[in-house]
Amino acid sequence: MQADAKRISPSTVLFASAALALLSMIAFMTIGAKGSWSFILSFRGTKLIGMVLVAYAIAVSTVLFQTISGNRVLTPSIIGFDAMYTLLQTVMVFFLGAAGAASVNPQLQFVLETAVMVGLSLLLFRALFSGGSRSLHLLMLVGVILGGLFRSLSSFLQRVLDPNDFIVLQDRLFASFNSIDANLLGIAATATLAVTFVLWRLSPTFDVLSLGREAAIGLGVDHQRVVTLLLALIAVLVSVSTALVGPVTFFGLLVASLAWQLTPTASHRFVLPVAVCIAIATLVGGQVMLERLFSFNTALSIVIEFFGGLVFIFLLIRGSAR
Amino acid sequence: MIEIQEVTKSYGGTAVVDRVSLTLPSGGLTSIIGPNGAGKSTLLSIVSRLMPMDTGKVLVDGLDVSRAAGDVLARRLSIMRQDNHITARLSVRDLVAFGRYPYSKGRLTAADAEHIDRSIAYLGLEPYQNRFLDELSGGQRQRAFIAMVLCQDTDYMLFDEPLNNLDIKHAVETMKLLRRLADDFAKTVVVVLHDINFASAYSDRIVAMQGGRLAFEGPPQDMIVPSRLQAIFDVDCRVHAVGDTRLVNYFD
Amino acid sequence: MRPVLFAIPVVLLLAAVSVFTGVGSLASSDDGRGWLLVVESRLPRTLALMLAGAGLAVSGTIMQMLARNRFVEPSTAGTAESAALGMLLAMLIAPNLPVAGKMAFAALTALAGTALFLQILRRVPLRSALMVPLIGLMLGGVVNAVTTFIAYRYDLMQSMGAWMSGDFSVVLRGRYELLWIGFALTLVAYATAARFTVIGMGEAIARNVGLDYDKVVTLGLAIVSMVTATVVATVGMIPFLGLVVPNIVSLILGDNLRRTLPVIAISGAGLVLACDIIGRIVIAPYEVPVGTVMGVIGSLVFLHLLLSRRSHAG
Repeated sequence: MQADAKRISPSTVLFASAALALLSMIAFMTIGAKGSWSFILSFRGTKLIGMVLVAYAIAVSTVLFQTISGNRVLTPSIIGFDAMYTLLQTVMVFFLGAAGAASVNPQLQFVLETAVMVGLSLLLFRALFSGGSRSLHLLMLVGVILGGLFRSLSSFLQRVLDPNDFIVLQDRLFASFNSIDANLLGIAATATLAVTFVLWRLSPTFDVLSLGREAAIGLGVDHQRVVTLLLALIAVLVSVSTALVGPVTFFGLLVASLAWQLTPTASHRFVLPVAVCIAIATLVGGQVMLERLFSFNTALSIVIEFFGGLVFIFLLIRGSAR
Repeated sequence: MIEIQEVTKSYGGTAVVDRVSLTLPSGGLTSIIGPNGAGKSTLLSIVSRLMPMDTGKVLVDGLDVSRAAGDVLARRLSIMRQDNHITARLSVRDLVAFGRYPYSKGRLTAADAEHIDRSIAYLGLEPYQNRFLDELSGGQRQRAFIAMVLCQDTDYMLFDEPLNNLDIKHAVETMKLLRRLADDFAKTVVVVLHDINFASAYSDRIVAMQGGRLAFEGPPQDMIVPSRLQAIFDVDCRVHAVGDTRLVNYFD
Repeated sequence: MRPVLFAIPVVLLLAAVSVFTGVGSLASSDDGRGWLLVVESRLPRTLALMLAGAGLAVSGTIMQMLARNRFVEPSTAGTAESAALGMLLAMLIAPNLPVAGKMAFAALTALAGTALFLQILRRVPLRSALMVPLIGLMLGGVVNAVTTFIAYRYDLMQSMGAWMSGDFSVVLRGRYELLWIGFALTLVAYATAARFTVIGMGEAIARNVGLDYDKVVTLGLAIVSMVTATVVATVGMIPFLGLVVPNIVSLILGDNLRRTLPVIAISGAGLVLACDIIGRIVIAPYEVPVGTVMGVIGSLVFLHLLLSRRSHAG
């Protein structure tokens, strides 16, 4: 597709964001690196892989969720998906006890939680969207309140927990890109790869889906099936990111908004990779800056929440929430 | 041929489309008219499988729309809806190119590009083809959506109130275009219209609906008569013959 | 006045239950320790619950009139979060200030936050009534991020947690009395209730009947901010209370505040008492903070209000 000469081409944006992502990764691995390379590789490398996975999962799930819902303000976490995952984890510890939960193989636990998560999110989504003509604002508000309900339920259960169990859990639930659960990296990467493969197969439909339900059906897409499948995949990606770093409400919104805004086309072939690159650059680059500027003692998630929240209000006010 | 057999669709106990049976032969331009809430748009949505029906059956060239594979049907029948709100920032050319999706699944071939060029040219959209939809006027945007349907190049083309939001010049142009689709390309065109005079002037067949049911059908000369219009729209009117066209005056 | 007559005994009963619920037995000792327990801990706690509940319910009502939106209350408009930010700043800037002084500072930031929220509402073309709480919740989120950022840097996360989640287990005699200020303001609100009813009908009508619109809005903002600040400073925020109570009362009795405000205040007190009792018995001898209980109950009621929408909110 041709673009006017005065417009930046999508490939340029893609290359630029990819370069930025690569640069931040190199910076993360090298700046201030002292000591043996094998240690750095294993220590920082694990963290880097974790962050890249999280960035990828959040960026892709958010962009696709926005495509399905036809809205640039909704994200899985804003309507409470990751709060749901947190609740799941809490329920798990609640019924098994910290000792019990710890004795369950973490990979198995992840698979289990993800499976429940997929089922629940499909149910929730079906319930919310079955009304058909329900207003988008209602959906958003219901999602936000549901997220709040999940969080309150989690903290209720956490209170009811044995105080020792509580400490175990709290450690796991506060969003921190610093304490990525290394046990889960393998299985999380596998899940992400599997999801990516299915997404690859579905990718030709993405642009059509962004035209809306009627247009997509008119063009021969089995809308119901594709959307259900995508939602399941999104739930898996949300599980991946939440399991690794805990809930982060606004990161997806921040990244997706930037990607839609910067990419001079709505084609997913560009928007998706640009979003992923921006996510990596923000997450990894942000971590590097925080470690240098604030010498380690500020959680990146807080900074991201701040800017993400501002973007959200800005988007609402500018009225793209139609 | 589109065969609609005993189709019913209800919302909360009220039938919006009530046991409608109708056969639309191939070729020609058919208008569907009727008062608000007559079930016109719903019927069109059912025929184009955008909406499931409660009971009944719709066959397009013998293909059952509720069973047929989506992409098979998409190469045979296309629909343009009245509310075309798109969140994605697309250029006109991007949008029109989606008309080829049922054929190429997003990987455009040289033949596809030709189709796209032709549709854009046919609607006179070349100057705007790289503009974004939100930079266009209402009429230009409407034409872009028509170009997309044209690009889908199906035997059956359905339009749900395509004249909405168009000024007279663009409304006339659009109807002439639909007429040409039927005459020059042997397409079967079905249009939901609000303005009886547009229906009268450009249709081969008029189908009138009322209260979810099929009221009358026939060629314009049979349909545009005071007694029938009175029965359909519940207004008194007079009909004047101007050349070959019968025009309705319902202003006194 | 009949609903009030019905509500008062219920609340008194709840208050009695509240006083007699707890780990230490009141009857066990003869040396007056039971009495001491009541005076030093139980009674203050019950009073604090009632004062906070009444104050927040009335604040919610006033905010709903000011914003002309059913879904607004201190925790859906950035008010509570701004108050917590104020407490934090006061703690950093003037650590030796007495609690009352910090609270006054928190009232100022709460006022600023709420005023900002109302300004945003005025600027934005509102397509839907639902956008209002959405903006408020997100504004609260942003303010909260700022607070968390600072708290994290200065290792004050624990204090922040205390302000953001209502917990009455810390209430003792001498540590809750600020809430009486909130109660005084609630009385002021009652005295001026008619004006807020008129404000709720819109600026045009308010000006038409000769009300000084800006003055009444400022008064309302001041009341809401002070009450919220007293609650945040002493026991911590109780979410959704100011939303649930006024909405339910409004469904039954309508919106004439002159008549409904007492019912709202009393029901607010009753609901908080009930939540606190639940929180105390569920996992006795530990307790679940009232803010958490209310978070669960409140969001469920909120969801119900949203999905049934009998409240004509938009």
